[in-house]
Amino acid sequence: MALHGRDVVLVDAARSPFGRARPDGIYAHTRADDLAVAVVRDLLRRNPGLPVDRIGEVAFAATTQSGDQGLTLGRTVGLLAGLPQEVPGYAVDRMCAGAMTAVTQVAASIKIGTIDAALAGGVEHMGRHPLGAEADPNPRFMTERIVDSDALVMGATAENLHDRYPELTKERADAYGVASQAKYAAALEAGHIGPELVPIGVPDPERGWGLATADEPPRPGTTVAGVADLPTPFRAGGRVTAATSSPLTDGATAALLVAADVASELGLAARMRLVSYAFTGVAPELMGIGPVPATRRALELAGLGIEDIGLIEINEAFAVQVLAFLDAFGIADDDPRVNPYGGAIAVGHPLAASGVRLMAQLARAFEHNPGVRYGITTMCVGLGQGGTVIWENLHHTEEQSR
Amino acid sequence: MSERITRALVRDVDLEDLGTLALITLDNQEGPRRPNTLGPGGLAQLRHALEGITERARAGEIVAAAVTGKAFHFAAGADLHGAASITTEADARAVAETGHEVFSLLADLPVPSFAYVGGAALGGGLELALHATYRTVAAPVRNIGLPETFLGLIPGWGGTYLLPHLVGIENALTVIIDNPLRNNRQLNAEQAVQMGIADVVLDSADFLAQSLRWSASVLRGLQVARPEPADKQTWQHAIDAARAKVERRLDGAVRAPYRALDLLALAAQGDRDASYEAENDALAELILSPQFAAGVYAFDLTTRRAKNPAGAPDADLARPVRSVGIAGAGLMASQLALLFARRMRVPVIMRDLDDERARRGLQFVHAEVDKLAESGRIDADEANRLRSSVTVTTDLSDLAGRDLVIEAVFEELDVKKRVFAELEQVIGPQTVLATNTSALSVTAMAADLAHPERVVGLHFFNPVAQMPLVEVVRAERTDDVTYATAFAVAKECRKTAIAVADAPGFVVNRLLVRLLGEVLGSLEDGTEVQVADAALRPLGLPMGPFQLLQLVGPAVAEHVLDTLREELGPRYPTSPGLRRVVEEGARFVEFDGRPSAASPVNLQIGSYFGSRAERAGAQNEEELLQRVRDALAEEVDLMLAEEVVGAKEDIDLGMIMGAGWPFHLGGITPYLDRTARPARASS
Repeated sequence: MALHGRDVVLVDAARSPFGRARPDGIYAHTRADDLAVAVVRDLLRRNPGLPVDRIGEVAFAATTQSGDQGLTLGRTVGLLAGLPQEVPGYAVDRMCAGAMTAVTQVAASIKIGTIDAALAGGVEHMGRHPLGAEADPNPRFMTERIVDSDALVMGATAENLHDRYPELTKERADAYGVASQAKYAAALEAGHIGPELVPIGVPDPERGWGLATADEPPRPGTTVAGVADLPTPFRAGGRVTAATSSPLTDGATAALLVAADVASELGLAARMRLVSYAFTGVAPELMGIGPVPATRRALELAGLGIEDIGLIEINEAFAVQVLAFLDAFGIADDDPRVNPYGGAIAVGHPLAASGVRLMAQLARAFEHNPGVRYGITTMCVGLGQGGTVIWENLHHTEEQSR
Repeated sequence: MSERITRALVRDVDLEDLGTLALITLDNQEGPRRPNTLGPGGLAQLRHALEGITERARAGEIVAAAVTGKAFHFAAGADLHGAASITTEADARAVAETGHEVFSLLADLPVPSFAYVGGAALGGGLELALHATYRTVAAPVRNIGLPETFLGLIPGWGGTYLLPHLVGIENALTVIIDNPLRNNRQLNAEQAVQMGIADVVLDSADFLAQSLRWSASVLRGLQVARPEPADKQTWQHAIDAARAKVERRLDGAVRAPYRALDLLALAAQGDRDASYEAENDALAELILSPQFAAGVYAFDLTTRRAKNPAGAPDADLARPVRSVGIAGAGLMASQLALLFARRMRVPVIMRDLDDERARRGLQFVHAEVDKLAESGRIDADEANRLRSSVTVTTDLSDLAGRDLVIEAVFEELDVKKRVFAELEQVIGPQTVLATNTSALSVTAMAADLAHPERVVGLHFFNPVAQMPLVEVVRAERTDDVTYATAFAVAKECRKTAIAVADAPGFVVNRLLVRLLGEVLGSLEDGTEVQVADAALRPLGLPMGPFQLLQLVGPAVAEHVLDTLREELGPRYPTSPGLRRVVEEGARFVEFDGRPSAASPVNLQIGSYFGSRAERAGAQNEEELLQRVRDALAEEVDLMLAEEVVGAKEDIDLGMIMGAGWPFHLGGITPYLDRTARPARASS
């Protein structure tokens, strides 16, 4: 079953180095919108073949849309980045899948032919906007038990997954988390992390201006023994620790999506083609399971099976949620197709920005694995959703096909 | 005032594979509102930072160094108030020497250096940037310049040497001499790059990151074009031409531009040490000069006191003004209508007695709007808004419901009283009633009204759009709400307001008319017209007395003189000569259209004067100048004694903004303290 309309390709994706969302983090004194603007400008600079007036939409996501993440981000980012004022923009929120939704929305618009090219991305300055800090949940959620009280605490939903699937042990999660750090460190060493990073000038009243060029959250050298006894902040005697959770992160991402025919016309090098996507809902208190039904649905739409997928970029909100996905599809915990450059446990998870970080890494991995034809980006979403996008590797060559 | 120390924070930045760049950030920790300045404490910090960087460069630990400012600011130069408080030549020289020493550390680094000018770079701030090998500038920056001569100093931290060698002598003269004298004009980023002061303009959105990237490309071999230095002859010609121009403009009245010219001439020798030593000498002298004190004083008045008028009630008391009515539709009324519509963005209605006058008033407004639109100062939408904001009527009752009604009718007390009385029949009790009178008593105007407490004077100057001053007149019974509202209106109109009591001529006209009266009196005593014309040049006013008389109009001048004489006494003399000039329609200056500062004096006008004696009391230039100074000093003392203003600073601010009293003389009151005869205020 094929999707209708024009082919949509991802030409490029870029991101800020990710920072620790802490008072001493690299972005402690940087505005969220400034981060997003810097990434967009660099993305455009990297693709001089794209006339800016061909950009039909700027879709930007944030989970908390207030303050420096408010005011219709897609519009403000476009204006602040110096795009022509004729280029429209809007803001997107699907919590952690914000940027992913921005990508699928603009892709859909391109597909039906209303626009030719678009920028889609996300930003989350969790240091300035802790998740849910400004939320005012409707009391009916609780009084009518529409959602479990755990649903609003992401770590608690991760503990719930351990309950639901006892075979997802703390030991497996710890091993997965440590492996994520190790894979990230190896990828960094091999030069697989650097190219999509945009250097960001960062003000600091105490230290002076600096330049952020590297991810701050990763903890290289993490060992299983070293993390075994970490506290479990979400439940006394629980299983989820800092080593099996993504750290609170500041960062921004942006991708350039273009109609395949327009990319050829402009001579833009397409890197991957959007094959299908799906978002689905699950029980809010088990939000981590979201990628499973979303991936099933996306595969179905694409007419593919999991065996056709050669690379998987899955967001590591928590190790247990990745393991639940792997078990559901019968994939080994250490399968090399999964997050080959490490994941959010190492690099960080700036909520709404992460979807495009997955795409940037998948595009890089596609380049290095021309034998792979299809890959997916997938993530769980707070309040019980999952999102999956299936991509075709445009570097794919049949000879090396697996 | 203690120094707000600008810190010099050093951070290492990895320049890709090239190595480490040491980046200095200047930050006075005051956020984006207050610019970085460099006093002794800040220079000590910068010295420490640069010494550390020098060592690391020698050790091969860094490949480049850069200096930048906090967000939106580079550095606004030396700490002016610190410099102004210096009392000894040794301390003054130390200011110059320290700057040279510290900035030279940057210039003499063994690695390339960069200045990232992300915000205002003025005076010493720009000189610091000039010591770097290369400069980037952010596109929105609009304040780049060396304003020192504007304030009575010279660019004494290397500017007179480095700038001509970087951008050529002609450009250096523009920045160091011409621009400061043209009302302290400054350069924007684009102009700075065209001139060669900066090497590249970069967008502000990612200015620092792109500056670093540009630095990396320079280190990789990017060629940066620099102009060929001028030969010595060209250099000298340029200096000579500039000197002649300064001579014409300033007539030797201020030292700083001449010292700057000497230094720029010396720079041609290409000996940095000699030039810096000469800058030390010049600064050591000028920092202690009365002209620098005057410059700082005037600068403070126009930047600080102008923002917070002394004597204004709490601004929160002001009533909102959402609509304005104007009684009258003559020239002044029409100018006010345009000002209110443009700046306050409210509907304005003008009322005059018949359709023809009303129509002419509206026609004037429309013509002015067209001119603004044609010059590009407003866009088409704004022009449409202005045209529809201003309406006219002949029906007084159409002024009902306006929050502010100002009268601009004939300058005659009875006329104004009648207009106010009529207005009171139609307007509500809360409407503020203002008068634009320049000499009549506001208290008298309000005397017979039911609500005299809502009457206030708002004395705008002609031409309204250009003149930055408003005298806000408190009549005897004006209440705080009304007075605060008047100040709010002045502020919204972007005018500088001074609080004045309801005294004849208020501040500016009282002094200017006194000055004109003395000149006319001197003519009557037999002084030659040429002498009188030249005598007041050292005052540096924008136009001579005869041009001013003609601009005001001899008849109006006579009328004001008469009015002030009635109120203030014979210090404001009768002038039979002026009477004759008025009667015969003679002109003080020759002109087509409108008289201006450049209109040549009509030498024949002398024949109208001289009734008192057969030129027995003729004065020379010096004598007449002294006469005028003494008279002004007397008048100032009387005004202070009468409490026309709360403080002499308001007279100074009023004269700078309302009469064009020159910056380099500081305020008029300190000037008179220096130059008028001490025995005064006795008459």
